[in-house]
Amino acid sequence: MQRRTFLGLLGAAGIGAAVTKTAQAASVQHFEGYPDSYGVLFDATRCIGCRSCEAGCNQINGLPAPHKPFDDLSVLAKKRRTDAKTFTVVNRFDQIPGVAGAVFRKDQCQHCLEPACASACFVAAFTKTPQGAVIWDESVCVGCRYCMIACPFEIPTYEYNEPLTPRVMKCHMCHPHITSGKATVPGCVGACPTEALVYGKRTDLLAIARQRFAAFPDRYVNHIYGEREMGGTNWLYISGVPFRYIGLREDLGVTPAPELTSGALAAVPIISAAWPVLLTGIYAINKRRDKIAAEEKKQAVKEALAKAQAKAKEELDKALAKAEAEKKSAIEREVKKALEEAAKAQAEADKGQTEEGE
Amino acid sequence: MSTLKTENLKQYLTPFNIVVGIILLLGGFVTILRFTKGLGAVTNLTDNYPWGLWISFDLLCGVALAAGGYTTSAACYVFGLKRFHSAVRPAILTAFLGYALVVFALHYDVGRPWRLPYPFFVQSGPTSVLFEVGLCVFLYLITLFIEWVPSALEWLGIRKPRDIIVKATLALTIFGVVLSTMHQSSLGALFLIAPSKMHPLWYSSYIPLFFFVSSIAAGLSMVIFESTLSHHYMHDKMDETYLKEHDGVTYGFAKGAAMVLVLYFFIKVVGLTLDNNWSYLLTGYGAWYLLELLGFVALPAFLYAIAVREKKLTLIRWTAVLTVLGIVLNRFNVSLVAFNWHLPPEMRYFPRWHEFVVSIFVVTIGLLVFRFIASRMPIFYEHPDFKEHEARELEEHELKPHPQTWGH
Repeated sequence: MQRRTFLGLLGAAGIGAAVTKTAQAASVQHFEGYPDSYGVLFDATRCIGCRSCEAGCNQINGLPAPHKPFDDLSVLAKKRRTDAKTFTVVNRFDQIPGVAGAVFRKDQCQHCLEPACASACFVAAFTKTPQGAVIWDESVCVGCRYCMIACPFEIPTYEYNEPLTPRVMKCHMCHPHITSGKATVPGCVGACPTEALVYGKRTDLLAIARQRFAAFPDRYVNHIYGEREMGGTNWLYISGVPFRYIGLREDLGVTPAPELTSGALAAVPIISAAWPVLLTGIYAINKRRDKIAAEEKKQAVKEALAKAQAKAKEELDKALAKAEAEKKSAIEREVKKALEEAAKAQAEADKGQTEEGE
Repeated sequence: MSTLKTENLKQYLTPFNIVVGIILLLGGFVTILRFTKGLGAVTNLTDNYPWGLWISFDLLCGVALAAGGYTTSAACYVFGLKRFHSAVRPAILTAFLGYALVVFALHYDVGRPWRLPYPFFVQSGPTSVLFEVGLCVFLYLITLFIEWVPSALEWLGIRKPRDIIVKATLALTIFGVVLSTMHQSSLGALFLIAPSKMHPLWYSSYIPLFFFVSSIAAGLSMVIFESTLSHHYMHDKMDETYLKEHDGVTYGFAKGAAMVLVLYFFIKVVGLTLDNNWSYLLTGYGAWYLLELLGFVALPAFLYAIAVREKKLTLIRWTAVLTVLGIVLNRFNVSLVAFNWHLPPEMRYFPRWHEFVVSIFVVTIGLLVFRFIASRMPIFYEHPDFKEHEARELEEHELKPHPQTWGH
């Protein structure tokens, strides 16, 4: 889990919070789990549904006493899930095709190699320990319950009746008890009377499972549930019936949960880098468009004005020229008229003189 | 003396005040219950249903419906649609109050609300989509606050800081769009981590894109819807510019919403095709999905387009309501209907009445604060003392634009 941190996220919002790990959003590497991490192998062919594991868990973790004592098997009539007072439950599965009796399965945190809860937690309250357990830190938990949304196995639970200090409750594979030396194996494993549970290194558990398949090929479905599911888990299951009949989903796929959101998270730094440039560009284009429009308008007004002025001048000149021409022609006409009149007068005078002379 | 008192009391006993009073009293009661008895006493949340009405409505719908802030300011300041200028302030105020109330409502939902800043100041979980949502909402709330502050400063008559903020308008707008793109889409991305719990019709690797695009339609429609309400109840606070631009804003936003809804419809169909989910359409969930897609996406897109062409304001207003309801339906479908669809009916979730009370309580507080601010501060009108100044600045700007000057 810790390998998958996405640097860009913080750069994303322009805040340089402290992230020191390498980003591997586009990595092709596959995380095989911490070497030498521990887990538990559950064998459904050995479980008798006695609820001793529930009692062992309850005792070592100091959880409140249940409504019905652990030796009361009537609770198995109904399918149960983990809750804030119960880290593990055993369920009975009846009416399985080809099976005469009931088959039992224990449910608890699967301790994923790359846990969905840890990937989803926005305060990183979950830690995948190198020893294999997924543990939760109360000192930072905000109580948003996104881990419960994210978990594909529906494991984390919440103290809904705590008003101010509700905790997220789930199996921690007795990590605190084993590190402190209080126990050498998880409480449930120690309590199991039929060796349906084996605690050990995950690699060893896978080998044990395969040995059982080889020794009793007719007894088992040839699949170790948890070897690849959701990228692999530290809790492993083997069974004599298909896993869907004992309440384990077969449609979860092998993709580790963090990869489901890595693509969306990888988009964040790109948006934060590209958007400001793009938006400023759009702003600049619009600004320039407006500016050009304004300038063109100004230019157009100027041109129109010049054109109008030129036209007016032309008209004025024309009018002036016309007036000049008219004036000239009027003068000419007047002169001509005067001359004609003078000539006429002269002619009349000459005529008179001639008549007088006769 | 006592008659005077009775008369005073009568004056305040309007139907509006009585209803608001009852809501506030009930809200206060549930608040006390929540913080003394825990979520178990006021919600129907279970270990299978850790998120209920408060996340679906108060967070997912609240954020989507507050998208009017970034869409309006981006349209006006980035895309240069200056005729929308008078719509920016109401939209920013609504968005600011919307986000503030989202954060307020979260205090009810999370276990230890005083630790809400922990992801940023104590220990970060940057692999979480929720971390990104939280960081963006946190930063965007601050951004919206800064964008809103000029209204308050104008009201108080403080010029200097107001002028500085107004100068930063473009930077704030772009920052807001970046943050909104990221968290609007990430609210959808929250569900990417749970493919095994989601109905395939609503689970898609495109869900972040669906949430982002639909938030634009939601934002535009909310602006139309709110302006209709404001017109009705706060008409006397509006200046000539606001009223003159109002119809243009409505037509412009309706046109934009029509296009965005068409885009949303297309990418939804692409998502359906890519995951080859056609066969689910014949199931009951498929009918519900088709109702959402055809009745609340395709239909409003069509109605908006018709209404803009035919210039029918009333139809636009009703289409805005339809679109908003459609976005609410989508967020509920993703977070409540599609989520945990594999569980037997008796394990499914339905909110308790206390949960509805808190959601209504939160919306009521929003309405009251909006009314308080909009009836005092220059939201629907330009402050006369600052109007001239702004106009001059605008003119200067157009004559000699230089890159250092942001705004308008």
